[in-house]
Amino acid sequence: MSDLMQDPMILRQIIMDHYEYPRNHELTHDENYMTRHMASDSCIDDIHVESKISNDIIEDIRFDGVACTIATASTSIMSELLKGKTLKEAHVIIDNYHAMIDGKEYDEDLLEEAVALHSVGKQANRIKCATIGWKAMEEMIAESENHGK
Amino acid sequence: MMNVEKIRKDFKMLENTMQGHDLIYFDNAATSLKPKSVVDAVVNYYEHLGVNCHRGDYDLSFQVDSAYENARKGVAEFIGAEEKEIVFTSGTSASLNQIAYGYGKFLNQGDVILSCEAEHASSVLPWMKVAEEKGCGIQYVPLDDEGRITLENFKKVLNDQVKVIALAHVTNVLGYEIPVKEICALAHEKGAVCVIDMAQSAPHMKVNVKDLDCDFAAFSSHKMIGPTGVGVLYGKYDLLQKMEPFMLGGGSNARFDMCGNILLKDAPYKYETGTPPIEGVLGFHAAIQYLSEIGMENIHAYEKELHDYAIEKLSKLDNLILYNPHADTGIITFNVKDVFAQDAASYFNTQGIALRAGQHCAKLLIDKLKTSATLRASLYFYNTKEEIDTFVEACKNATIENCLNVFF
Ligand SMILES: Cc1ncc(COP(=O)(O)O)c(C=O)c1O
Repeated sequence: MSDLMQDPMILRQIIMDHYEYPRNHELTHDENYMTRHMASDSCIDDIHVESKISNDIIEDIRFDGVACTIATASTSIMSELLKGKTLKEAHVIIDNYHAMIDGKEYDEDLLEEAVALHSVGKQANRIKCATIGWKAMEEMIAESENHGK
Repeated sequence: MMNVEKIRKDFKMLENTMQGHDLIYFDNAATSLKPKSVVDAVVNYYEHLGVNCHRGDYDLSFQVDSAYENARKGVAEFIGAEEKEIVFTSGTSASLNQIAYGYGKFLNQGDVILSCEAEHASSVLPWMKVAEEKGCGIQYVPLDDEGRITLENFKKVLNDQVKVIALAHVTNVLGYEIPVKEICALAHEKGAVCVIDMAQSAPHMKVNVKDLDCDFAAFSSHKMIGPTGVGVLYGKYDLLQKMEPFMLGGGSNARFDMCGNILLKDAPYKYETGTPPIEGVLGFHAAIQYLSEIGMENIHAYEKELHDYAIEKLSKLDNLILYNPHADTGIITFNVKDVFAQDAASYFNTQGIALRAGQHCAKLLIDKLKTSATLRASLYFYNTKEEIDTFVEACKNATIENCLNVFF
């Protein structure tokens, strides 16, 4: 990881950028997409996440909703990071992301901009904001894997 | 006058720090801190009383019974009721559910229940269930521009179909007091009963249920410096006698046989099934004694003073949106401009200030305030102007940059 990615200023800018200009921030309402409504974890964050997975590849991820900076940025970053990945690759990234959030060893290079969230655990109650969109994606990956069986 | 410095010494929690700062506890609408006398009363039960109530025939049991019934007497005096009209429950939510369950049975298709958009979920959801089961309608008293219930608006929706009025004495989001006495009088002319949620009023002001003439009231011990898990259901005695409890079992029946004949005890005992949180009830009694010693009028006046002091300073900050500058209690609902409520709450956390971000369970109100979430600072009599000064400084600094810096 470059030194730039250690700089709180830069990391903060990454979060701000994804908060102000969230990527993939429009739902398709296409019936070929799976969808998850994540609203029950906390009183405030209320997002919908859609994804299209075929042949074990995550072709698209989209989201929308009302959420704080951390929930918005983490979901936006996730959508960019996992799009185009195979499910196998996605699992590795997801595992590393959780390891980072839980303060364990992780591979920075795999997480790219998601490292901006590396110390979200300093505010313990915000971990759920940093994982809400990821959790939606994990559920949809599991759903697609179960379908394959 | 109140000696706040002395009072603060009774609250051990106030010695705590959060994120390296002295704790500033501004989440009193959620729950309150407990003074030593309350903690001592709880411990005293475990160390010196220890046994069940309404059960045995030995000295200790008798002592527990007396202490428990004394608590009932204390609560009755505190709100101007009779002892037999006080039911101990697990809290406001349990009380309100019991009332809806019990009184809901007397409603018929086409009857109307009046609520409002600022109600707490525990006040409105039980009635939604009744409405669904009975084919009743729920109507909402329109709020004025400030989010208040006015008598004029209340009159607009009151008609002969209205059988129940379920409203908060003080709402938990905006902290406005509603004109309960006038509402009850109008309701009674129409033959409707009034269920008043006092969760946010009983801890902060003098209430007298006989003077207000409400039919039911509910409040929680934990919001008024007492233990968690205890609350009060007040009901006019004939109504309590008429209704059915939603729990049956030991302690609430006088006798039963295997043919299904159950003879319930009289109110309030028929509602108190199973072993109650005895230590909680005794702790609650100590809480009420503590509050009464200071005097509810003094508490209310001091909170008003704190509130006005805070509003005067906060209204000068141009990065804040204040939603209820004219609240009647110490509830300050606001947002930092361009900062999502939860992000700001984390910043306040780093400054040692406990306040709440959220919809505060009054989801309906969001349409009125036109925001998806708010911050709420709620004061109590152990808070100080110095704490407010610190809070005001923190508000000034609650920029989006600083709110994000808390993560690095
Ligand atoms: C107005 C109001 N009603 C009801 C409740 C529910 O109280 P409890 O959680 O003690 O049952 C609250 C507490 O948040 C409240 O503020």
